[in-house]
Amino acid sequence: MYWNPSVERMNQKDLVDLQNRKLKALVFYAYEYSPFYRRKFKEIGLNPWDFNGLKDLHKLPFTSKRDLRENYPFGMFAVPLSQIVRFHASSGTTGKPTVVGYTKNDIDVWVECLCRGLTSCGVTSEDIVQIAYGYGLFTGGLGFHYAVERLGASVIPASAGNTRRQIELMKDLHTTVICCTPSYMLYMSEVAREMGVDIRDTKLRMGIFGAEPWSEETRRRIEDKTGITAYDVYGTSELGGPLFTECVERNGIHIWADHYLIEIVDPETGEVLSEGEKGELVVTTLSKEALPLIRWRTGDITYMESDKCACGRTHPRIMRILGRTDDMIIVRGVNVFPSQIEHVLMQVPELGEHYVIILDRKPDGLDEMTIQVELSDRAKIDRTTDILELERRVEELLKEYLNVRAKVEIVNPGTLQRFEGKAKRIVDRRKI
Amino acid sequence: MLKQISVFVENRPGKLAEVTEVLYKNGVNLRAFTIAEAGDFGIIRMVVDKTDEAYSALRSAGFTVALTEVLAVEVKDEPGGLYQIAKALGDAGINIEYVYAFAFERERALIILKPSDLEKAKAVLEAKGFLFKEKFE
Repeated sequence: MYWNPSVERMNQKDLVDLQNRKLKALVFYAYEYSPFYRRKFKEIGLNPWDFNGLKDLHKLPFTSKRDLRENYPFGMFAVPLSQIVRFHASSGTTGKPTVVGYTKNDIDVWVECLCRGLTSCGVTSEDIVQIAYGYGLFTGGLGFHYAVERLGASVIPASAGNTRRQIELMKDLHTTVICCTPSYMLYMSEVAREMGVDIRDTKLRMGIFGAEPWSEETRRRIEDKTGITAYDVYGTSELGGPLFTECVERNGIHIWADHYLIEIVDPETGEVLSEGEKGELVVTTLSKEALPLIRWRTGDITYMESDKCACGRTHPRIMRILGRTDDMIIVRGVNVFPSQIEHVLMQVPELGEHYVIILDRKPDGLDEMTIQVELSDRAKIDRTTDILELERRVEELLKEYLNVRAKVEIVNPGTLQRFEGKAKRIVDRRKI
Repeated sequence: MLKQISVFVENRPGKLAEVTEVLYKNGVNLRAFTIAEAGDFGIIRMVVDKTDEAYSALRSAGFTVALTEVLAVEVKDEPGGLYQIAKALGDAGINIEYVYAFAFERERALIILKPSDLEKAKAVLEAKGFLFKEKFE
Protein backbone atom coordinates (compact mmCIF):
# COMPACT_ATOMS: atom_id res chain seq x y z
CA MET A 1 0.00 0.00 0.00
CA TYR A 2 1.30 3.40 -0.97
CA TRP A 3 -0.04 6.86 -0.24
CA ASN A 4 1.68 8.49 -3.22
CA PRO A 5 3.01 5.59 -5.33
CA SER A 6 4.54 7.56 -8.19
CA VAL A 7 6.71 9.56 -5.81
CA GLU A 8 7.42 6.83 -3.27
CA ARG A 9 8.60 4.45 -6.00
CA MET A 10 10.25 7.06 -8.25
CA ASN A 11 13.44 5.65 -9.72
CA GLN A 12 16.49 6.78 -7.84
CA LYS A 13 18.05 8.73 -10.70
CA ASP A 14 14.92 10.84 -11.12
CA LEU A 15 14.80 11.33 -7.35
CA VAL A 16 18.37 12.64 -7.33
CA ASP A 17 17.61 14.95 -10.30
CA LEU A 18 14.61 16.29 -8.42
CA GLN A 19 16.71 16.88 -5.29
CA ASN A 20 19.36 18.62 -7.34
CA ARG A 21 16.86 21.04 -8.87
CA LYS A 22 15.12 21.68 -5.56
CA LEU A 23 18.43 22.26 -3.77
CA LYS A 24 19.49 24.89 -6.30
CA ALA A 25 16.12 26.58 -5.94
CA LEU A 26 16.44 26.45 -2.15
CA VAL A 27 19.78 28.27 -2.22
CA PHE A 28 18.26 31.09 -4.28
CA TYR A 29 15.17 31.17 -2.09
CA ALA A 30 17.18 31.34 1.13
CA TYR A 31 19.47 34.03 -0.25
CA GLU A 32 16.53 36.08 -1.47
CA TYR A 33 14.10 35.75 1.43
CA SER A 34 16.02 34.80 4.56
CA PRO A 35 18.17 37.61 5.95
CA PHE A 36 19.87 35.00 8.12
CA TYR A 37 21.03 32.86 5.20
CA ARG A 38 21.92 35.84 3.03
CA ARG A 39 24.26 36.96 5.80
CA LYS A 40 25.66 33.46 6.22
CA PHE A 41 26.25 33.00 2.47
CA LYS A 42 27.96 36.37 2.24
CA GLU A 43 30.24 35.50 5.14
CA ILE A 44 31.57 32.47 3.28
CA GLY A 45 31.49 34.15 -0.13
CA LEU A 46 28.85 31.90 -1.62
CA ASN A 47 27.08 33.26 -4.69
CA PRO A 48 23.85 31.38 -5.51
CA TRP A 49 24.63 31.68 -9.23
CA ASP A 50 27.83 29.69 -8.75
CA PHE A 51 26.19 26.94 -6.72
CA ASN A 52 26.14 23.62 -8.57
CA GLY A 53 23.52 21.66 -6.66
CA LEU A 54 24.18 18.37 -4.91
CA LYS A 55 27.87 18.20 -5.74
CA ASP A 56 28.36 21.52 -3.93
CA LEU A 57 26.24 20.53 -0.94
CA HIS A 58 29.30 20.28 1.31
CA LYS A 59 30.06 23.97 0.60
CA LEU A 60 26.87 25.08 2.30
CA PRO A 61 27.12 26.14 5.94
CA PHE A 62 25.58 24.06 8.72
CA THR A 63 22.62 25.41 10.68
CA SER A 64 22.38 24.57 14.37
CA LYS A 65 20.02 24.91 17.28
CA ARG A 66 22.12 27.87 18.40
CA ASP A 67 21.24 29.74 15.21
CA LEU A 68 17.56 29.27 15.97
CA ARG A 69 18.00 30.43 19.56
CA GLU A 70 20.04 33.48 18.61
CA ASN A 71 17.44 34.49 16.07
CA TYR A 72 14.50 33.85 18.36
CA PRO A 73 11.69 34.30 17.58
CA PHE A 74 11.38 35.23 13.89
CA GLY A 75 14.91 35.97 12.71
CA MET A 76 15.17 32.88 10.51
CA PHE A 77 11.72 33.06 8.93
CA ALA A 78 11.69 33.52 5.16
CA VAL A 79 8.06 34.65 4.84
CA PRO A 80 6.12 37.56 6.32
CA LEU A 81 4.18 36.63 9.47
CA SER A 82 0.92 37.07 7.56
CA GLN A 83 1.72 33.85 5.70
CA ILE A 84 2.30 31.84 8.86
CA VAL A 85 -0.68 29.65 9.70
CA ARG A 86 0.70 27.94 12.78
CA PHE A 87 3.49 28.09 15.35
CA HIS A 88 5.01 25.32 17.38
CA ALA A 89 7.71 25.71 20.00
CA SER A 90 10.19 23.45 21.71
CA SER A 91 10.05 23.22 25.46
CA GLY A 92 13.51 24.63 25.94
CA THR A 93 14.58 21.84 28.29
CA THR A 94 18.07 21.99 26.84
CA GLY A 95 18.28 25.78 26.63
CA LYS A 96 16.27 28.80 25.48
CA PRO A 97 13.04 27.83 23.72
CA THR A 98 12.92 27.81 19.94
CA VAL A 99 9.91 28.65 17.83
CA VAL A 100 9.02 27.28 14.41
CA GLY A 101 6.40 28.55 11.94
CA TYR A 102 4.52 26.95 9.06
CA THR A 103 2.87 28.26 5.92
CA LYS A 104 -0.23 26.52 4.62
CA ASN A 105 1.97 24.62 2.18
CA ASP A 106 4.42 23.63 4.97
CA ILE A 107 1.54 21.99 6.83
CA ASP A 108 0.46 20.22 3.63
CA VAL A 109 3.96 18.82 3.06
CA TRP A 110 4.15 17.70 6.68
CA VAL A 111 0.81 15.93 6.46
CA GLU A 112 1.80 14.37 3.11
CA CYS A 113 5.05 12.99 4.57
CA LEU A 114 3.38 11.48 7.60
CA CYS A 115 0.50 10.05 5.53
CA ARG A 116 3.05 8.24 3.38
CA GLY A 117 4.65 6.85 6.54
CA LEU A 118 1.39 5.81 8.20
CA THR A 119 0.30 4.05 5.02
CA SER A 120 3.68 2.34 4.75
CA CYS A 121 3.24 0.71 8.14
CA GLY A 122 -0.29 -0.35 7.38
CA VAL A 123 -2.57 2.30 8.86
CA THR A 124 -5.73 2.62 6.73
CA SER A 125 -8.95 4.61 6.76
CA GLU A 126 -10.50 1.73 8.71
CA ASP A 127 -8.27 2.38 11.74
CA ILE A 128 -9.11 4.14 14.97
CA VAL A 129 -6.03 6.02 16.05
CA GLN A 130 -5.51 7.17 19.62
CA ILE A 131 -3.04 10.02 19.73
CA ALA A 132 -1.37 10.05 23.13
CA TYR A 133 1.36 12.48 22.20
CA GLY A 134 0.94 15.89 23.82
CA TYR A 135 -1.24 18.37 21.93
CA GLY A 136 -0.17 21.98 21.96
CA LEU A 137 3.16 23.59 21.27
CA PHE A 138 4.78 20.15 20.94
CA THR A 139 4.44 18.93 17.35
CA GLY A 140 3.63 15.30 18.21
CA GLY A 141 -0.08 15.56 18.94
CA LEU A 142 -1.23 17.93 16.20
CA GLY A 143 1.21 16.45 13.68
CA PHE A 144 -0.33 13.02 13.94
CA HIS A 145 -3.80 14.49 14.26
CA TYR A 146 -3.83 16.16 10.87
CA ALA A 147 -2.16 13.25 9.09
CA VAL A 148 -4.53 10.66 10.53
CA GLU A 149 -7.51 12.82 9.57
CA ARG A 150 -6.20 13.29 6.04
CA LEU A 151 -5.76 9.53 5.81
CA GLY A 152 -9.44 9.17 6.60
CA ALA A 153 -8.91 7.11 9.76
CA SER A 154 -10.67 8.09 13.00
CA VAL A 155 -8.78 10.20 15.51
CA ILE A 156 -9.07 9.96 19.27
CA PRO A 157 -7.26 13.13 20.35
CA ALA A 158 -6.41 11.82 23.82
CA SER A 159 -3.18 13.84 24.23
CA ALA A 160 -0.64 12.69 26.82
CA GLY A 161 -1.44 11.85 30.42
CA ASN A 162 -4.45 10.62 32.38
CA THR A 163 -3.36 7.06 31.84
CA ARG A 164 -6.40 5.25 33.23
CA ARG A 165 -8.61 7.28 30.94
CA GLN A 166 -6.36 6.35 28.00
CA ILE A 167 -6.94 2.68 28.71
CA GLU A 168 -10.69 3.12 29.10
CA LEU A 169 -10.81 4.99 25.79
CA MET A 170 -8.71 2.30 24.15
CA LYS A 171 -11.14 -0.35 25.33
CA ASP A 172 -14.42 1.47 24.82
CA LEU A 173 -13.68 3.13 21.47
CA HIS A 174 -11.93 0.08 19.95
CA THR A 175 -8.62 1.83 19.34
CA THR A 176 -6.56 -0.08 16.78
CA VAL A 177 -3.47 2.16 16.59
CA ILE A 178 -1.77 4.14 19.35
CA CYS A 179 0.79 6.93 18.94
CA CYS A 180 2.95 7.91 21.92
CA THR A 181 6.47 7.66 23.31
CA PRO A 182 7.72 4.09 23.81
CA SER A 183 8.28 4.71 27.52
CA TYR A 184 4.68 5.87 27.90
CA MET A 185 3.46 2.72 26.14
CA LEU A 186 5.34 0.59 28.67
CA TYR A 187 3.83 2.60 31.49
CA MET A 188 0.35 2.27 29.98
CA SER A 189 0.72 -1.50 29.85
CA GLU A 190 1.56 -1.52 33.58
CA VAL A 191 -1.44 0.61 34.43
CA ALA A 192 -3.65 -1.57 32.23
CA ARG A 193 -2.56 -4.60 34.17
CA GLU A 194 -3.32 -2.86 37.48
CA MET A 195 -6.78 -2.12 36.10
CA GLY A 196 -7.19 -5.78 35.19
CA VAL A 197 -7.11 -5.02 31.44
CA ASP A 198 -5.06 -7.24 29.14
CA ILE A 199 -4.14 -5.18 26.09
CA ARG A 200 -4.23 -8.41 24.06
CA ASP A 201 -7.98 -8.53 24.66
CA THR A 202 -8.46 -5.06 23.15
CA LYS A 203 -8.56 -4.20 19.46
CA LEU A 204 -5.17 -2.49 19.63
CA ARG A 205 -2.92 -3.92 16.91
CA MET A 206 -0.22 -1.36 16.30
CA GLY A 207 1.76 1.42 17.94
CA ILE A 208 3.79 4.20 16.38
CA PHE A 209 6.41 5.23 18.89
CA GLY A 210 8.97 7.99 18.88
CA ALA A 211 10.06 11.40 20.26
CA GLU A 212 12.86 9.66 22.21
CA PRO A 213 15.56 7.17 21.20
CA TRP A 214 14.60 3.56 21.91
CA SER A 215 16.11 0.18 21.23
CA GLU A 216 15.20 -3.03 19.42
CA GLU A 217 15.03 -4.75 22.82
CA THR A 218 12.44 -2.23 23.99
CA ARG A 219 10.48 -2.93 20.81
CA ARG A 220 10.49 -6.63 21.67
CA ARG A 221 9.39 -5.94 25.23
CA ILE A 222 6.50 -3.75 24.13
CA GLU A 223 5.43 -6.37 21.63
CA ASP A 224 5.70 -9.22 24.17
CA LYS A 225 3.74 -7.35 26.79
CA THR A 226 0.96 -6.04 24.58
CA GLY A 227 0.80 -8.29 21.53
CA ILE A 228 0.87 -5.25 19.21
CA THR A 229 3.32 -4.43 16.42
CA ALA A 230 5.59 -1.49 17.26
CA TYR A 231 6.87 0.96 14.64
CA ASP A 232 9.41 3.74 14.96
CA VAL A 233 8.67 7.33 13.92
CA TYR A 234 11.15 10.16 13.47
CA GLY A 235 10.93 13.89 13.18
CA THR A 236 11.85 17.10 14.94
CA SER A 237 9.95 20.35 15.29
CA GLU A 238 12.58 22.20 13.26
CA LEU A 239 12.05 19.86 10.31
CA GLY A 240 8.29 19.98 10.80
CA GLY A 241 7.33 17.45 13.43
CA PRO A 242 6.77 13.71 13.26
CA LEU A 243 7.45 13.08 9.56
CA PHE A 244 8.99 9.71 8.84
CA THR A 245 8.22 6.16 9.94
CA GLU A 246 9.36 2.63 9.32
CA CYS A 247 7.51 0.68 6.65
CA VAL A 248 6.25 -2.86 7.25
CA GLU A 249 9.75 -4.17 6.47
CA ARG A 250 11.00 -2.41 9.63
CA ASN A 251 14.41 -2.00 8.08
CA GLY A 252 14.94 1.67 8.78
CA ILE A 253 12.89 4.84 8.54
CA HIS A 254 12.17 6.17 5.05
CA ILE A 255 13.15 9.81 4.62
CA TRP A 256 11.06 11.35 1.84
CA ALA A 257 13.80 12.57 -0.44
CA ASP A 258 11.60 14.86 -2.55
CA HIS A 259 11.15 17.05 0.54
CA TYR A 260 14.20 16.34 2.70
CA LEU A 261 17.84 15.80 1.79
CA ILE A 262 19.90 13.88 4.31
CA GLU A 263 23.60 13.46 5.07
CA ILE A 264 25.49 11.78 7.88
CA VAL A 265 28.44 13.77 9.22
CA ASP A 266 31.12 13.33 11.82
CA PRO A 267 29.73 15.29 14.80
CA GLU A 268 33.20 16.57 15.72
CA THR A 269 34.65 17.57 12.34
CA GLY A 270 31.51 18.01 10.22
CA GLU A 271 33.07 15.79 7.57
CA VAL A 272 30.53 13.90 5.45
CA LEU A 273 30.52 10.17 6.17
CA SER A 274 29.65 7.42 3.76
CA GLU A 275 26.74 5.04 3.85
CA GLY A 276 26.65 2.72 6.84
CA GLU A 277 28.95 4.91 8.94
CA LYS A 278 27.56 6.17 12.22
CA GLY A 279 27.38 9.91 12.69
CA GLU A 280 25.10 12.89 13.13
CA LEU A 281 22.07 13.20 10.90
CA VAL A 282 22.09 16.46 8.92
CA VAL A 283 18.97 17.45 7.01
CA THR A 284 18.29 20.09 4.36
CA THR A 285 14.64 20.98 3.83
CA LEU A 286 13.75 21.08 0.14
CA SER A 287 10.15 22.27 0.37
CA LYS A 288 9.81 24.35 3.52
CA GLU A 289 8.74 27.96 2.99
CA ALA A 290 8.43 29.56 6.41
CA LEU A 291 11.60 28.23 7.95
CA PRO A 292 13.92 26.72 5.34
CA LEU A 293 16.87 24.96 6.93
CA ILE A 294 20.15 24.25 5.21
CA ARG A 295 22.25 21.40 6.57
CA TRP A 296 20.39 21.33 9.88
CA ARG A 297 22.36 19.55 12.61
CA THR A 298 19.73 17.31 14.20
CA GLY A 299 22.01 16.13 17.01
CA ASP A 300 20.71 12.59 16.39
CA ILE A 301 23.23 9.82 15.87
CA THR A 302 22.35 7.19 13.26
CA TYR A 303 23.51 5.80 9.92
CA MET A 304 21.84 5.64 6.53
CA GLU A 305 21.20 3.17 3.75
CA SER A 306 19.96 4.15 0.32
CA ASP A 307 19.47 0.88 -1.55
CA LYS A 308 15.90 0.18 -2.57
CA CYS A 309 13.77 -1.22 0.26
CA ALA A 310 11.94 -4.54 -0.09
CA CYS A 311 8.69 -2.57 0.25
CA GLY A 312 9.37 -1.03 -3.17
CA ARG A 313 10.12 2.47 -1.91
CA THR A 314 13.24 4.08 -3.31
CA HIS A 315 13.75 6.79 -0.68
CA PRO A 316 16.77 6.45 1.61
CA ARG A 317 16.43 5.10 5.14
CA ILE A 318 17.98 6.05 8.43
CA MET A 319 18.47 3.28 10.98
CA ARG A 320 17.57 3.47 14.65
CA ILE A 321 18.54 6.67 16.42
CA LEU A 322 21.42 5.51 18.62
CA GLY A 323 21.44 8.59 20.77
CA ARG A 324 21.81 12.33 20.69
CA THR A 325 25.04 14.26 20.47
CA ASP A 326 23.81 16.33 23.42
CA ASP A 327 22.77 13.46 25.70
CA MET A 328 25.98 11.64 25.19
CA ILE A 329 27.45 11.04 28.63
CA ILE A 330 31.18 11.28 29.09
CA VAL A 331 32.23 9.12 32.03
CA ARG A 332 35.92 8.95 32.78
CA GLY A 333 36.64 9.97 29.22
CA VAL A 334 34.46 7.29 27.63
CA ASN A 335 31.49 8.30 25.49
CA VAL A 336 28.29 6.54 26.46
CA PHE A 337 24.79 6.91 25.05
CA PRO A 338 21.81 6.09 27.27
CA SER A 339 20.47 3.96 24.40
CA GLN A 340 23.53 1.70 24.68
CA ILE A 341 22.84 1.21 28.37
CA GLU A 342 19.21 0.46 27.58
CA HIS A 343 20.34 -2.05 24.98
CA VAL A 344 22.30 -3.94 27.66
CA LEU A 345 19.62 -3.78 30.35
CA MET A 346 16.85 -4.99 28.09
CA GLN A 347 18.80 -8.13 27.26
CA VAL A 348 18.48 -9.29 30.84
CA PRO A 349 15.10 -10.94 31.38
CA GLU A 350 15.18 -10.49 35.16
CA LEU A 351 15.15 -6.70 34.73
CA GLY A 352 12.19 -4.43 34.11
CA GLU A 353 11.95 -1.61 31.55
CA HIS A 354 12.56 1.40 33.74
CA TYR A 355 15.98 2.72 34.65
CA VAL A 356 17.81 5.87 35.71
CA ILE A 357 21.44 6.76 35.07
CA ILE A 358 22.99 8.71 37.93
CA LEU A 359 26.32 10.45 37.56
CA ASP A 360 28.36 11.50 40.56
CA ARG A 361 31.80 12.94 41.00
CA LYS A 362 33.65 11.42 43.91
CA PRO A 363 35.90 13.58 46.14
CA ASP A 364 38.95 12.18 44.35
CA GLY A 365 37.60 13.66 41.09
CA LEU A 366 36.63 10.38 39.49
CA ASP A 367 33.23 10.06 37.90
CA GLU A 368 30.93 7.35 39.07
CA MET A 369 27.98 6.04 37.12
CA THR A 370 25.18 4.29 38.96
CA ILE A 371 22.34 2.65 37.12
CA GLN A 372 19.16 2.06 39.04
CA VAL A 373 16.98 -0.45 37.31
CA GLU A 374 13.74 -2.06 38.34
CA LEU A 375 13.56 -5.77 38.90
CA SER A 376 11.10 -7.53 36.62
CA ASP A 377 8.05 -8.65 38.55
CA ARG A 378 8.54 -12.03 36.87
CA ALA A 379 12.03 -12.62 38.26
CA LYS A 380 12.38 -15.47 40.73
CA ILE A 381 14.25 -14.15 43.72
CA ASP A 382 14.59 -16.15 46.92
CA ARG A 383 18.10 -15.42 48.19
CA THR A 384 19.98 -12.18 48.67
CA THR A 385 22.75 -13.63 46.53
CA ASP A 386 20.26 -13.87 43.65
CA ILE A 387 20.14 -10.07 43.60
CA LEU A 388 23.85 -9.58 44.22
CA GLU A 389 24.72 -12.00 41.44
CA LEU A 390 22.25 -10.33 39.09
CA GLU A 391 23.77 -6.91 39.85
CA ARG A 392 27.24 -8.27 39.21
CA ARG A 393 26.16 -9.94 35.98
CA VAL A 394 24.67 -6.69 34.65
CA GLU A 395 27.77 -4.77 35.71
CA GLU A 396 29.91 -7.19 33.74
CA LEU A 397 27.69 -6.89 30.67
CA LEU A 398 27.91 -3.10 30.85
CA LYS A 399 31.67 -3.25 31.22
CA GLU A 400 31.95 -5.56 28.25
CA TYR A 401 29.61 -3.56 26.04
CA LEU A 402 30.40 0.05 27.04
CA ASN A 403 33.90 -0.34 28.34
CA VAL A 404 33.01 1.67 31.41
CA ARG A 405 32.42 0.60 34.97
CA ALA A 406 28.96 1.26 36.33
CA LYS A 407 27.40 0.33 39.63
CA VAL A 408 24.05 -1.39 39.26
CA GLU A 409 21.35 -1.03 41.88
CA ILE A 410 18.25 -3.12 41.56
CA VAL A 411 15.07 -1.50 42.87
CA ASN A 412 11.47 -2.60 43.33
CA PRO A 413 9.22 -2.69 40.28
CA GLY A 414 7.08 0.41 39.92
CA THR A 415 9.26 2.69 42.03
CA LEU A 416 11.21 4.71 39.45
CA GLN A 417 9.60 7.77 37.92
CA ARG A 418 7.32 7.25 34.90
CA PHE A 419 7.07 9.71 32.03
CA GLU A 420 4.10 10.66 29.90
CA GLY A 421 6.21 12.44 27.31
CA LYS A 422 9.92 12.15 26.66
CA ALA A 423 11.64 10.12 29.35
CA LYS A 424 14.38 11.85 31.35
CA ARG A 425 16.71 9.10 32.40
CA ILE A 426 19.89 10.93 33.31
CA VAL A 427 20.54 12.52 36.68
CA ASP A 428 23.87 14.34 36.52
CA ARG A 429 24.95 15.28 40.04
CA ARG A 430 28.51 16.12 39.04
CA LYS A 431 29.61 19.58 40.04
CA ILE A 432 32.01 20.81 37.43
CA MET B 1 6.87 -29.63 52.30
CA LEU B 2 5.69 -26.06 52.58
CA LYS B 3 5.47 -23.22 50.11
CA GLN B 4 7.32 -20.15 51.21
CA ILE B 5 6.79 -16.70 49.72
CA SER B 6 9.86 -14.54 49.03
CA VAL B 7 9.52 -10.84 48.27
CA PHE B 8 12.30 -8.55 47.05
CA VAL B 9 12.20 -5.16 48.82
CA GLU B 10 14.47 -2.17 48.88
CA ASN B 11 15.78 -1.32 52.33
CA ARG B 12 13.79 1.91 52.74
CA PRO B 13 11.33 3.28 55.31
CA GLY B 14 7.79 2.11 54.68
CA LYS B 15 8.62 -0.91 52.51
CA LEU B 16 7.77 -3.52 55.11
CA ALA B 17 4.55 -1.65 55.81
CA GLU B 18 3.66 -1.81 52.10
CA VAL B 19 4.09 -5.56 52.02
CA THR B 20 2.27 -6.27 55.25
CA GLU B 21 -0.55 -3.90 54.27
CA VAL B 22 -1.24 -6.02 51.20
CA LEU B 23 -1.37 -9.13 53.39
CA TYR B 24 -3.60 -7.43 55.95
CA LYS B 25 -6.06 -6.16 53.33
CA ASN B 26 -6.34 -9.66 51.90
CA GLY B 27 -6.89 -11.30 55.27
CA VAL B 28 -3.64 -13.23 55.12
CA ASN B 29 -2.17 -14.40 58.40
CA LEU B 30 1.58 -14.86 58.85
CA ARG B 31 2.83 -18.14 60.24
CA ALA B 32 6.55 -17.59 60.00
CA PHE B 33 8.49 -14.56 58.89
CA THR B 34 12.09 -13.46 58.42
CA ILE B 35 14.08 -10.88 56.50
CA ALA B 36 17.45 -11.59 54.94
CA GLU B 37 19.05 -8.19 54.60
CA ALA B 38 21.92 -7.24 52.33
CA GLY B 39 22.66 -3.53 52.52
CA ASP B 40 20.42 -1.69 50.07
CA PHE B 41 17.79 -4.37 49.90
CA GLY B 42 16.38 -7.41 51.63
CA ILE B 43 14.39 -10.52 50.89
CA ILE B 44 11.32 -11.05 52.99
CA ARG B 45 10.53 -14.73 53.44
CA MET B 46 7.32 -15.95 54.97
CA VAL B 47 4.98 -18.85 55.40
CA VAL B 48 1.34 -17.81 55.48
CA ASP B 49 -2.06 -19.42 55.91
CA LYS B 50 -3.33 -18.53 52.42
CA THR B 51 -0.36 -18.90 50.14
CA ASP B 52 -2.04 -18.54 46.74
CA GLU B 53 -4.03 -15.46 47.75
CA ALA B 54 -0.96 -13.83 49.27
CA TYR B 55 1.12 -14.61 46.17
CA SER B 56 -1.32 -13.12 43.70
CA ALA B 57 -2.14 -10.12 45.91
CA LEU B 58 1.54 -9.24 46.26
CA ARG B 59 2.14 -9.71 42.53
CA SER B 60 -0.71 -7.49 41.53
CA ALA B 61 0.57 -4.89 44.00
CA GLY B 62 3.68 -4.84 41.79
CA PHE B 63 6.12 -6.79 43.96
CA THR B 64 8.56 -9.34 42.65
CA VAL B 65 7.44 -12.50 44.41
CA ALA B 66 8.76 -16.05 44.29
CA LEU B 67 7.33 -19.28 45.65
CA THR B 68 9.93 -21.66 47.05
CA GLU B 69 9.51 -25.12 48.47
CA VAL B 70 10.95 -25.45 51.96
CA LEU B 71 10.82 -28.02 54.70
CA ALA B 72 9.35 -27.56 58.16
CA VAL B 73 10.68 -29.55 61.05
CA GLU B 74 9.28 -29.66 64.54
CA VAL B 75 11.92 -29.17 67.19
CA LYS B 76 11.54 -30.94 70.51
CA ASP B 77 11.50 -28.69 73.55
CA GLU B 78 14.65 -30.20 75.08
CA PRO B 79 18.42 -29.78 74.77
CA GLY B 80 19.82 -31.07 71.46
CA GLY B 81 16.55 -30.62 69.54
CA LEU B 82 18.08 -28.64 66.69
CA TYR B 83 21.36 -30.52 66.91
CA GLN B 84 19.74 -33.81 65.91
CA ILE B 85 18.22 -32.28 62.82
CA ALA B 86 21.37 -30.45 61.79
CA LYS B 87 23.45 -33.57 62.33
CA ALA B 88 21.11 -35.75 60.29
CA LEU B 89 21.38 -33.38 57.36
CA GLY B 90 25.11 -32.83 57.79
CA ASP B 91 25.78 -36.56 57.85
CA ALA B 92 23.81 -36.95 54.64
CA GLY B 93 25.97 -34.23 53.00
CA ILE B 94 23.07 -31.82 52.67
CA ASN B 95 23.74 -28.11 53.04
CA ILE B 96 21.26 -25.80 54.74
CA GLU B 97 20.99 -22.62 52.69
CA TYR B 98 18.95 -20.73 55.24
CA VAL B 99 16.85 -21.44 58.27
CA TYR B 100 14.45 -19.61 60.56
CA ALA B 101 12.33 -20.62 63.47
CA PHE B 102 8.97 -19.77 64.96
CA ALA B 103 6.72 -20.85 67.77
CA PHE B 104 3.09 -21.89 67.51
CA GLU B 105 0.33 -23.33 69.64
CA ARG B 106 2.01 -21.92 72.76
CA GLU B 107 4.52 -24.69 73.41
CA ARG B 108 5.57 -25.97 70.02
CA ALA B 109 8.43 -24.72 67.87
CA LEU B 110 9.04 -25.22 64.19
CA ILE B 111 12.01 -24.44 62.03
CA ILE B 112 11.74 -23.69 58.35
CA LEU B 113 14.75 -24.71 56.33
CA LYS B 114 15.87 -24.55 52.74
CA PRO B 115 18.23 -27.47 52.05
CA SER B 116 20.49 -27.68 49.02
CA ASP B 117 18.79 -30.92 48.01
CA LEU B 118 15.12 -30.78 48.85
CA GLU B 119 14.12 -34.37 48.03
CA LYS B 120 17.08 -35.92 49.78
CA ALA B 121 16.61 -33.77 52.89
CA LYS B 122 12.94 -34.65 52.94
CA ALA B 123 13.77 -38.37 52.86
CA VAL B 124 16.38 -38.05 55.62
CA LEU B 125 14.11 -36.06 57.92
CA GLU B 126 11.12 -38.24 57.22
CA ALA B 127 13.10 -41.36 58.08
CA LYS B 128 14.05 -39.79 61.40
CA GLY B 129 10.45 -38.77 62.01
CA PHE B 130 11.30 -35.04 62.26
CA LEU B 131 9.30 -33.77 59.33
CA PHE B 132 6.31 -31.59 60.13
CA LYS B 133 3.31 -32.69 58.09
CA GLU B 134 0.38 -30.73 59.48
CA LYS B 135 -1.28 -27.99 57.47
CA PHE B 136 -1.44 -24.29 58.26
CA GLU B 137 -4.35 -23.42 56.03
